[in-house]
Amino acid sequence: MKFRDLTELAGRNLREAALRNSLTTLGIAVGVASLVAMLSLGVGLQELASKRLSRSGLFNAVFVASRVNLRNFQRRAATPPAAPPEMSRPLDEDARRQLAALVNVIEVYPEIRFPVDVRYAENSYPSIVASVPPSARASGAYDGMKGAFFSGTAADEAILQIEFAKELSQQPDSLIGKEIVFRYLERQDAPAGTSSANAAPAAPGAASSIPGVSPGSLPGMSVVPRQKSLRIVGIVETEPAVGFGGVGGGRVLIPLDVALSLHIAQANDLREILRGGFAKPGYASLTVRVKNPADVASVEAAIRQMGFAAFSLLDVTRGLRLVFAVFDLLLGLFGSLALAVASLGIVNTLVMAILERRREIGVLKALGAADRDVRRLFFAEAGAMGLLGGIFGVLLGWLIGRGLTFGANIYLHRQDLPSVQLASVPWWMVGGAIAFSVAVSLAAGIFPASRAARLNPVEALRYE
Amino acid sequence: MNTANSEIAIRTERVARHYQMGSALVRAVDDVSLEICSGEFAALLGSSGSGKSTLLNLIAGLDRPTAGAIYAHGQNLAQMNSQLLAQHRSRTVGMVFQAFNLLPRMTLEENVELPLRLAEVDRGERAARVREAVQRVRLEARLTHHPTELSGGEQQRAALARALVNRPAILLADEPTGNLDTATGEAILDLLREINESMGMTILMVTHDRERAERFAHRILQMSDGKLIANGATHEVS
Repeated sequence: MKFRDLTELAGRNLREAALRNSLTTLGIAVGVASLVAMLSLGVGLQELASKRLSRSGLFNAVFVASRVNLRNFQRRAATPPAAPPEMSRPLDEDARRQLAALVNVIEVYPEIRFPVDVRYAENSYPSIVASVPPSARASGAYDGMKGAFFSGTAADEAILQIEFAKELSQQPDSLIGKEIVFRYLERQDAPAGTSSANAAPAAPGAASSIPGVSPGSLPGMSVVPRQKSLRIVGIVETEPAVGFGGVGGGRVLIPLDVALSLHIAQANDLREILRGGFAKPGYASLTVRVKNPADVASVEAAIRQMGFAAFSLLDVTRGLRLVFAVFDLLLGLFGSLALAVASLGIVNTLVMAILERRREIGVLKALGAADRDVRRLFFAEAGAMGLLGGIFGVLLGWLIGRGLTFGANIYLHRQDLPSVQLASVPWWMVGGAIAFSVAVSLAAGIFPASRAARLNPVEALRYE
Repeated sequence: MNTANSEIAIRTERVARHYQMGSALVRAVDDVSLEICSGEFAALLGSSGSGKSTLLNLIAGLDRPTAGAIYAHGQNLAQMNSQLLAQHRSRTVGMVFQAFNLLPRMTLEENVELPLRLAEVDRGERAARVREAVQRVRLEARLTHHPTELSGGEQQRAALARALVNRPAILLADEPTGNLDTATGEAILDLLREINESMGMTILMVTHDRERAERFAHRILQMSDGKLIANGATHEVS
């Protein structure tokens, strides 16, 4: 029998016992819906986590340091050092420009953290200031903040971390719009030869000069206390992880350009003086942000080739993917249980159909239907129920996912938390669920179809 | 008019069909050998349980013999696999049953078209073939009716149209008048004779009505207890 005739006959048979077949199809739809709802939750949560992590900047970033700065960076590096330590390059503005020119790199920014003494309401509070790049606004850490993000890249504004804000005031929200002043140490460069006049003679018993290096022949720096006024524009609940391992975390957050303009004296400046490489101011570390996590590995390798230490959380991402894959698998298995039960409904319906249509099968065989035709007819009916059940099931599963998201968001709003998309039904899941439904239905139809095909036509024709 | 020719349409050679029922062996058909020529109208007579329907089913390819051989136009049915037997039922023979066996959810037209679907006849050709078969049994006006909307005689004529639509060489009729009143039964037999004479189709009809068999058939075959006890031209056996 030709395919079109087969489907026409199958459709006619399904319409004949409309109620029973509809109920069976509904059973399949519920099974598929449970599968889709479970998987959509898994995928939705995975996407939510990926989006949040991606927005945090940790998974599409490579953290760069001068090789001598952080030994543990080198230990983590899988590749051997491209240059020996003495040849390692300083992490200065030139290096920053070169890193920014790499393929798939969006931005390169330093992490500037420094101790300050915050003055507010005639009190003094020791704290840590951290710079925030403009791209950090997209980070989820600022979603639920009170107040607003910085109005500009060089605005004299500050965002306080809530715990620090509580130290300043019992009513942290009232701080928004107020001024704070922080005192910091500014670095003032002293070119070679300019510091010798001020160099005090070495005291007896004190440490000796560096052999071969006359005092003042190397560049040096002065450290000058300064202060800066900033307007508080926002208060953030969580401490944003603007840098690797929370290094960038600070209690007072200021725009990156403001931090750069302050010429802060940092710990690595002292080390560079000792190494004799203090010709130009450098950075303790730089964060290189790439277009997407897939680009991290190639950019990381390129940075190592340039002679820097580089580290990313790529391995952590891989581990996370594995966790979600197992999570999805388990959800899929639970969802499939309902579909397995529904498949028994198909078996039951088709077996009943064989009993009811026994005589019809005999007639079909008497008129020339081969065993294969009868088998295919029952398969087509099972497949049609699977297809319809799959389509309705996907729709139902999507609605369940929407309902769960809706309910979850009501709860989150009550907790003053931002909305989330809890469930996600991508196209691959739509196609996969329908195909799976048809496959399960066909598998369920194997037994009834074979039984129908094997019917003895003489006995079937006698059946009343 | 006897349109039979010398070509053998159906031949059985020592055909047997035995069933095991508990400890007893039922010899439904036992060592039956016969020949029916092409274009012949043969009646298979016998009382209930004589084995005539079983023999008809064997010739139709619906059942397989326990022993012996069955030839339809030279093809040995005993050596055919299930696929070839299905082809035999589709192309070589057409069947009419006592209970009509029309599919109730289909219209008359769809019932008649069904063998064409199974034989994979092109859709373009089907309408003409259905019309031709329905015209032959004079049911053109009932094409869109369902079996339940037809009388018994009309249902049997529809079943006859369905059996003819694939233009088979052999028509097998199992008690075609068994569910009909006398007048309607006569009309069906008239139709069978007309088909036999106009189309030259070989007809083997199972019946227990000797009087009708003698009036309409060229040849009488009589069975009793699974054995063929009489076989000859109508005037000889009578």
